[in-house]
Amino acid sequence: MTATDLADVTASAATLRRFLHGLPGVDQVGVEARAAGLATRSIKTTAKQFALDLAVSMIDLTTLEGQDTPGKVRALCAKGRRPDPSDPSCPPVAAICIYGDLVPVAVEALAGSGIHVAAVATAFPSGRAPLDVKLADVRAAVEAGADEIDMVIDRGAFLAGRYPEVHEEIVATKQACGEAHLKVILETGELATYDNVRRASWLAMLAGADVIKTSTGKVSPAATLPVTLVMLEAVRDFRAQTGRQVGVKAAGGIRSAKDAVRYLVVVNETCGDDWLHPDYFRFGASSLLNDLLMQRRKLATGWYSGPDYFTLD
Amino acid sequence: MGFEYAPAPESSSIVDIAPSYGLYIGGEMIDPIDGTRFKTVNPATEAVLSEVAAAGPEDVDRAVAAARAAYNDRWSRLPARARGKYLYRIARILQERSRELAVLETIDNGKPIRESRDVDLPLVAAHFFYYAGWADKLDHAGFGPDPRPLGVAAQVIPWNFPLLMLAWKIAPALACGNTVVLKPAETTPLTALAFADICRQADLPPGVVNIVTGAGDTGRALVEHPGVDKVAFTGSTEVGRQIARSVAGSRKKVTLELGGKAANIVFDDAPLDQAVEGIVNGIFFNQGHVCCAGSRLLVQESIVDDLLDHLKHRLGTIRLGDPLDKNTDIGAINSPEQLARIRELSSVGEAEGAERWSPPCDLPERGYWFPPTLFTGVSQAHRIAREEIFGPVLSVLTFRTPAEALEKANNTPYGLSAGVWTEKGSRILWMAQRLRAGVVWANTFNRFDPTSPFGGYKESGYGREGGRHGLEAYLDV
Repeated sequence: MTATDLADVTASAATLRRFLHGLPGVDQVGVEARAAGLATRSIKTTAKQFALDLAVSMIDLTTLEGQDTPGKVRALCAKGRRPDPSDPSCPPVAAICIYGDLVPVAVEALAGSGIHVAAVATAFPSGRAPLDVKLADVRAAVEAGADEIDMVIDRGAFLAGRYPEVHEEIVATKQACGEAHLKVILETGELATYDNVRRASWLAMLAGADVIKTSTGKVSPAATLPVTLVMLEAVRDFRAQTGRQVGVKAAGGIRSAKDAVRYLVVVNETCGDDWLHPDYFRFGASSLLNDLLMQRRKLATGWYSGPDYFTLD
Repeated sequence: MGFEYAPAPESSSIVDIAPSYGLYIGGEMIDPIDGTRFKTVNPATEAVLSEVAAAGPEDVDRAVAAARAAYNDRWSRLPARARGKYLYRIARILQERSRELAVLETIDNGKPIRESRDVDLPLVAAHFFYYAGWADKLDHAGFGPDPRPLGVAAQVIPWNFPLLMLAWKIAPALACGNTVVLKPAETTPLTALAFADICRQADLPPGVVNIVTGAGDTGRALVEHPGVDKVAFTGSTEVGRQIARSVAGSRKKVTLELGGKAANIVFDDAPLDQAVEGIVNGIFFNQGHVCCAGSRLLVQESIVDDLLDHLKHRLGTIRLGDPLDKNTDIGAINSPEQLARIRELSSVGEAEGAERWSPPCDLPERGYWFPPTLFTGVSQAHRIAREEIFGPVLSVLTFRTPAEALEKANNTPYGLSAGVWTEKGSRILWMAQRLRAGVVWANTFNRFDPTSPFGGYKESGYGREGGRHGLEAYLDV
């Protein structure tokens, strides 16, 4: 199927449905076994060094709480710029991910750093608001200077089979983003089956997503290795068919360096080098960063430093 | 810079290989009387690991006598529950020493440590645990109120899963009250000799398990020995035939688990990525040295291009090399003889006009290696679609309808296993009822469990191992 054929897919509700339900199924036992198998890869010494630095540079350092303040966001931005103040070789994170109203604070704090400002929008995390409200949310964040938008899909519409509605909403959001990168959160914990994850991945890519993202972090389970594997297979197959490379963001529940390295192994062995770059793979996380820093320092010095030697922000 | 995995070798310091080994007879390691000695090597490096005895007829005689004495005086008189206790003890020791045994298996066999650690050893222990549970429940196994053991079992096992095949043989035999003389394959004797040590550690009465090492002559002396009541063999169909001939007309009960040329059948509605994994696991697991390997891939013609694209992409990530490296997927071919056979049949495949493909893959300089290989454009008439290659070589054929898939799958002298990949449950059942194979896997491949019987149709042998069915081979029923 070529790119032009794929354009016809979204022509009507029937063609879209036929396409999404015609994607190869995902066998639950098989995909979980594959993910578990990849998780046994033993990443040591130079490979570990490479993976830890790459993981740091792929982090969307996140705070998404009702209690967030400008002070908290500024502290997070400082952490993102120099995650390990004692080690100048430590790369900065990829982005700071916050609610839309705090975008101006982050833009100011990150000026000149090259770190992206990502805002969650479209009535995050539930996505339950009228479309014009969601789009206004997006526009406001972009006008305030966010260069990445993390939108949520309407899971209710998706589960009810109203695929065109989900599609149109993503298309409209993409338009509202302008130059900003669009990450589409599938909230896989609510989609429940791997078949749905694959369908939602394709739906989002067909609608123009730059990145597909697992979760909001507000629903359990959030990112899992098998879910991420299914999404990586989708972006791999999508590029093979259309030539367009879409990124993946695993968000929520990834707290240890060991876990992060496992995700990178899955990226490496599913999609290859082209996706091992912060433009195409991200971790949505907060506490993960300090564990990565601890492991980095352990690798460099040979001993573990206590948590008090790493900044809490 | 790409993500290059640094070497992650499992340490081999945990294993202690003696410079030479005798025979385990009557609870002791003893030197052979009329036997010679041979070397066992690490197939990944060609380094000599140890010198092992090749038991001669007198040695075999002695081993059978020890087994007979242990059967008469001790083992058959023990309460069933006591037999179970010994088996549980062996199972626990196997678990405790699993890392050591996994490393030893990898060194002697060439299989990746990932497989010996995650597949072989857990299954070995599980098999002993499972049959330990049966020991005192035989009255309820469906073979009459008080089924009796057979006596002395002669067991000959192959080199592809040395310790696992030992477990498949010894655990049910002992649980049913038999004593055994086991001959491991000549290229992989070391884990069986380590198992001898485990028998001593478990205080198993002397003579209940005897291990005689050697090659074909030793095996022949063992199965033809008049003192054995039961012969169990896993290996090639050719040797299986010789054994069947040699025991014909005797009182010996026989089970044979022989070769295979399994069809792995992928329908157009299969879960594609998992089917690719299943194909890889079906033929490249254990370097394809698996009697039930999915060596014939039957793909519905409408998806063959897509499937092969995915399969080739996947094979591009497969890691061949040092079997002790924890990231190795494909290890060394077990012996130069086997390597020669794989090479020969592969060149026959090319000569017959099939298209050969392997991913870019550096083979180590020393040791016995063969790259993962696909043959496309294969038809039923090709030798590589009919003969067991027993290596990492996959023949790809196509079909148009379920009936054609079934016809091609069954059109083989073998019948050990088959795989069916489809999201349609009714089709799985339709196929499973009609496939003439001992095991039919649905949306998976090469999955083993001690509770599940295993065995073949036609030239893949007779008798079942594993599960309740596996008891029958060791009981007088």
